Amino acid sequence: MISVEKTGKTVDDAILAALIELDVDRDNVEIEVIEEGSKGFLGLVGSRLARVRVTVKPSRVDKARAFLERVIELLGVEATVDVEQQGEYTVLQIEGNHLGILIGRRGETLDALQYLTNLAANRDKTDQAERVRVILDAEGYRKRRENTLRNLAYRLAEKVKREKRRAALEPMSPLERRIIHTALQDDESVETYSEGEEPFRRVVIAYKG
Amino acid sequence: MKELVEFIAKSLVEHPDEVRVTEIDHGGGVVTYELRVAESDMGKVIGRQGRVARAIRSVVKAAATRQHKKVTVEIR
Repeated sequence: MISVEKTGKTVDDAILAALIELDVDRDNVEIEVIEEGSKGFLGLVGSRLARVRVTVKPSRVDKARAFLERVIELLGVEATVDVEQQGEYTVLQIEGNHLGILIGRRGETLDALQYLTNLAANRDKTDQAERVRVILDAEGYRKRRENTLRNLAYRLAEKVKREKRRAALEPMSPLERRIIHTALQDDESVETYSEGEEPFRRVVIAYKG
Repeated sequence: MKELVEFIAKSLVEHPDEVRVTEIDHGGGVVTYELRVAESDMGKVIGRQGRVARAIRSVVKAAATRQHKKVTVEIR
């Protein structure tokens, strides 16, 4: 954690000096007063400077990353975590070899890790606006999965049109369901909707004619 | 693996000091981890419809597979 110690005529002066050096807002730091300043007698004798230690609070992204790194370490996997901002999402890219254990069957482990990382990063209760939305990826799994799902959507839509009926997909996470909906949103002969309750909620592709 | 359960639980609850994990080795690579948290934190480790508990089990299972063990996590 980044922190600095600063002195000033008053506690506020010292804090201000620290905030300028750290280039952060007062809301994002923890302040420890080491020494209350004293003007001394008539400002001449026994005056003491105020001394504070100002520490930058870890951001939610820092927390997410720290959580993930520690879990990966405890799982005995050698990997590093890169942070990338993609719109409203923070993507934590796990880099390393043999990451299959972190992905699991159909990404089950990756999804579980992703869910827990989001909870850990947003543990302290604050308003929604400050929440960080984390997506985990490893070995380009999300991208590959997205392509697989899109192709599956197109194939099933063709089948639905041919047979003039409906087809239900296997249960998926909200993010994966969205990939299916988006893939078929411009196809006017089918409609898509979700049915069932989490975690068994699934997309249905239905013939519209 | 006990440390893994403990770390995850402590990262989710409001009272990390009250997280306790007990390892029960049944032999033959079969292990149960009993997770105890403060009463008020139960929801944090179980979640709506058990979603958090399921995620914890999923991650621990990944670790267990690697060590060729059969592991269950029970929340008390």
